[in-house]
Amino acid sequence: MTCSEFLALLDDLIDDSVSAETRAELQEHLRGCEHCEVTLNTTRKTIEIYRSHEIYDLPAGLRERLHAAIMARCKKGC
Amino acid sequence: MAIIQPIAEQLEPHPDVALVERVRGGDVSAYDTLVRKYERQIFRIAQHITQNREDAEDVMQDAFLKAYEKLEQFQGNSKFYTWLVRIAVNESLMRLRKRRTGKMVSIDEDVETEEGSVPRDLADWAPDPEQNYNQSELAEILRKTIQGLPQGFRIVFVLRDVEGLSTEETAETLGLSIPAVKSRLLRARLQLRERLSRYFRRKKGPGETRNEK
Repeated sequence: MTCSEFLALLDDLIDDSVSAETRAELQEHLRGCEHCEVTLNTTRKTIEIYRSHEIYDLPAGLRERLHAAIMARCKKGC
Repeated sequence: MAIIQPIAEQLEPHPDVALVERVRGGDVSAYDTLVRKYERQIFRIAQHITQNREDAEDVMQDAFLKAYEKLEQFQGNSKFYTWLVRIAVNESLMRLRKRRTGKMVSIDEDVETEEGSVPRDLADWAPDPEQNYNQSELAEILRKTIQGLPQGFRIVFVLRDVEGLSTEETAETLGLSIPAVKSRLLRARLQLRERLSRYFRRKKGPGETRNEK
């Protein structure tokens, strides 16, 4: 397996949607290729960091304003 | 390893179905429960697309109000959450169009770039790279980095990796084919990785030689 072939399957590997056979081939490639190992690990870390850090906080008072707006519609319609 | 869901779990109705039914029956407090459950996600999505706090606030309000008014039209063959996300994405794009009058705005913007499709920065990262920054520095790095992605990549990454939609749900929400979502996701992930490497790469110790190309 070449690095380009590995890269083409990178997402499937990260998303756990490869067959056992393909996974074995990918792992075989990783054993001899430090570059692809770094790419895999740091891409996984990239996703994990974005998933676990709140980078946009919900503004204070927004929920209350929305609640009031919904109640106003509700009074008209229900 | 593929995870096989137990059949009973697949057949169990999603808890939102009961809440939606209650709202349809006139119980507005059930809608408050849905708002509290998804407000953060909807605000984040709006902020990622509009890149403007005021717009994101308006989009969040409008999306929840629109969903409330259109609840009768909700078919229930998709999840309430993905239906809501679709409304929020459309509202966000409309808001962008208003801001950039006369300029077309679409999720296909700038996707022709080849940047990041081949990893160039191959340096490994520090073991817990985010610990080298405090919370606000880290948030700033993450915001700046994702804001630099082309719109069409950013939306796919946010829906798929941050908000947890499946490839199929992301494709349906954005009106893209599944291969298009997959190709954008790969490039989004690689571009972000490449850009974050500037901050997170392992610093060379005094005894190590620098070997940069």
